[in-house]
Amino acid sequence: MAMLQRQITAAVKVSETRLRQRLRLGERVIEGWIFLAGLLAIVVLLGIIFILFKEGLPIFAYTSPWEFLFGTEWCPVSDPPTFGIAPFFVSTLMITLIATVIAVPVGVACAAYLSEVAPKRVAEAIKPIVEILAGIPSVMMGFIGLALLSPLVQSAFKLNTGLCGLTAAIMLALMSLPIIVSVSEDALHAVPREFKEASYALGATKWETIWHVCIPSALSGIAAAILLGVGRAIGETMTVLMVAGGALAVPVSPTDPMTTMTAAIASGIGNAVRGGLQYQALFAVGLILFALTLTVNISAERVLERQKRKFTR
Amino acid sequence: MTTGVVNSRRISQRTALTFLGLATAITVVPVLFIIIYTIINGGAAISWDFLTQFPSQAGRAGGILPAIIGTFYLMLGTLVFALPLGVMAGIYLTEYARDNWLTRLINLAIVNLAGVPSIVFGLFGLSVFVLAFNFGLSLLAASLTLACQALAMVITSSREAILAVPREYREGSLAIGVTKWQTVRYIVLPQALPGIITGAVLAISRAAGETAPILVVGAAFLLPKLPQSPFDQFMALSYHLYTVSAHVPNMPKETVWGVALVLLVVVLSFDMLAAAIRIKTRRRKQS
Amino acid sequence: MSKSSRKWLVPLMLAIALAFSGCNSNLPSADSSTFSGSIKIVGSNTVTPLSSVWAENFMKANPKVSIAVSGPGSGVGIASLIDGITDICQSSRLITTKEIEQAKAKGVNPYEVQVASDALSVIVNLSNPVSELTIEQLSAIYTGKITNWKELGGIDAPIVAMARDTNSGTHVFFKEHVVQMYGLPTADKTLEYGNKVLFLPSTEEGVSQVANNPNAIFYAGLGYVTDKVKTIAVKRTAGDPAVRPSVDSALDGTYSISRPLVYYTNGAPTGVIKAYIDYCLSEEGQKVVLEAGFVPLTKRR
Repeated sequence: MAMLQRQITAAVKVSETRLRQRLRLGERVIEGWIFLAGLLAIVVLLGIIFILFKEGLPIFAYTSPWEFLFGTEWCPVSDPPTFGIAPFFVSTLMITLIATVIAVPVGVACAAYLSEVAPKRVAEAIKPIVEILAGIPSVMMGFIGLALLSPLVQSAFKLNTGLCGLTAAIMLALMSLPIIVSVSEDALHAVPREFKEASYALGATKWETIWHVCIPSALSGIAAAILLGVGRAIGETMTVLMVAGGALAVPVSPTDPMTTMTAAIASGIGNAVRGGLQYQALFAVGLILFALTLTVNISAERVLERQKRKFTR
Repeated sequence: MTTGVVNSRRISQRTALTFLGLATAITVVPVLFIIIYTIINGGAAISWDFLTQFPSQAGRAGGILPAIIGTFYLMLGTLVFALPLGVMAGIYLTEYARDNWLTRLINLAIVNLAGVPSIVFGLFGLSVFVLAFNFGLSLLAASLTLACQALAMVITSSREAILAVPREYREGSLAIGVTKWQTVRYIVLPQALPGIITGAVLAISRAAGETAPILVVGAAFLLPKLPQSPFDQFMALSYHLYTVSAHVPNMPKETVWGVALVLLVVVLSFDMLAAAIRIKTRRRKQS
Repeated sequence: MSKSSRKWLVPLMLAIALAFSGCNSNLPSADSSTFSGSIKIVGSNTVTPLSSVWAENFMKANPKVSIAVSGPGSGVGIASLIDGITDICQSSRLITTKEIEQAKAKGVNPYEVQVASDALSVIVNLSNPVSELTIEQLSAIYTGKITNWKELGGIDAPIVAMARDTNSGTHVFFKEHVVQMYGLPTADKTLEYGNKVLFLPSTEEGVSQVANNPNAIFYAGLGYVTDKVKTIAVKRTAGDPAVRPSVDSALDGTYSISRPLVYYTNGAPTGVIKAYIDYCLSEEGQKVVLEAGFVPLTKRR
């Protein structure tokens, strides 16, 4: 509190010792920059969308959108090539779903533990460890998946090979965890103390406070964390490429070897003739992937709006 | 009767809290496991030469110095481009933006940016920074590409951190005549600093480990000397790791894990640094 | 931001200054050499280890030359040549007509030089009793027609067929020459890889999978074959002798699955680029090819 008072006094002093006019102009300029920065995210995103459209749209002159989305044959280097991405689409959905189902409860629970239950020093020691998980390169997660997880999955489920969707989903869950934990933990930490104190005053236990007070009031932050985590899972390329198996059949079970949309792009882009049909098809896959993420995010936002309205009433 | 109710609540509290602790263990144990596994497998390769020599024989001998330096440059470049812009964008979205369609569009854009696969960022970087802006295969192009990828994370966590600063702080400051920007600069930002740092750390850590985006914008496997300017090509630990593990025959296993270990140490030290900063700023906040 | 962030700024700046100034590459002191300049090589991951050793040797002999070598794929390499951002494109597949058109449209003239060959070895686990296969049998395995090892005289176990993904030149080469049986009476251009085949992003991964999975089969360049896997002797047809892949059998043509590795430049190479490529084609350079696990252009004299 003393810190805050000092900050306020300092701020007041600053405003008193400067000419009002100069201050207002400088302020305008800064606000202008900030506005531009705000637009930056749109600019970058528009740039990416533009590239995806520019390079990917032409493929639909060759393959109809229906065949592209629902076709099951992906033969990009054949003569004539066929482009059907149903196997990749199903793969991405399957793996992302499993990864999310694993990562969200574990992540939010871990965040709740760090923010509400763990003693401060323990929490401060654990948080950087979790963040390290975020920094472990995808290639390394791929090795670990190959060396340790896939033999385990292979023997546990009596499969022909451990390179399958399940292995990829587990690795992806591990990779989304740090984002979900960190951002949720910050959100939970920001819940005003008064809320929690009021809850305890009414006789609630710690757990009841966490479940009924902390989590709902931090919900938008937690939701942001989850969306970021899911985004990570959908967009992860390297690890999935190494451990998901890379088969072209439409997967029927998580223990089938499969190829996600990101893996499909990555396994073709190194060799595709620039501007050729395979190149266009790969960008189109990127476009579909993007549309998928967009849909997930828009619907999540809708659900959140409804939730927020319910809570604030 | 009341004791029965209290007991069942106590039991459910205990199970719930145990579950929370378990979740934390599930999150933490793999990290420790991965670190230990990497040390065991890669420790043998680490030596002074390994850390200070240039690679030779397609990476099978010599060291990885240029890759280490290259990764540092990349992290720095990403930080320089993504952090100020990201924080400013976060400030705009929380403090200045009105709740209209433009703002909602920006928010949507940000969340979606996080889901774009890394390889697509690489292609974007190639078309825009390498070719259109004519930076060529370079450190600059790669930093900008990674910064675009990091932007979503930095903006989101800055925004969450700034939103978390209670309204009363701002209102109190404005009430005594401090201008908006000064309120932001001297009151809101310092309070939001730990959250902003969290976002920056996550984003930069990821940048250090990313392979796909830098593949096509300038990462090289062999360079005779360190990059002398931002327009030079560079080596990077992540790309080096990818190539030696996947594409070089007869690569000794410890070398691969050695590179992995060094990358891990780099990321680790960065994390520790940022954690220390965050702890100190959080402690100051409480006072 | 506040003081606390400035605290680490200074040591960071120092570290960077140190990095820029201090460390040098370990090149020997300059001899009198006539070549200077810089060369960029971009393209195939397969050729990268070979080019790296060549570049290193060439730079040792010509300290005023600097060469940078990168991947990540033949297609990217060719595109970089067309875009004018690289000097040499290293490729494990031949340039397509469409790419040649694109190049001509941009005023680039792709000039091809074969620098080595790659013998693709079919490998299986050490415990697998099968040691010989015809190309037709290999084709049946990879199209999914044959699914169990017992159909080939092995144990009763499902075949786990693994291949490289489309990023690798081997994908197309193997498809044309083995799956589609190019040049054989049974050739069939409509055959495709089966949809249960696992497409892996790296050759190393395939080799280690085969070493650990008794039912796996994969194909890899000769240089990647370790003693933890077994190579299959390939028979062109049921009547031909079974040939094990080796440098000799690839050179004299008895081993049928061998592909060219090439360099592309814009127009015929000149100056320092020509000197470099001449070195690669020289006897010394071709010795490096052998050591790297590839097949040199001609038998050693």
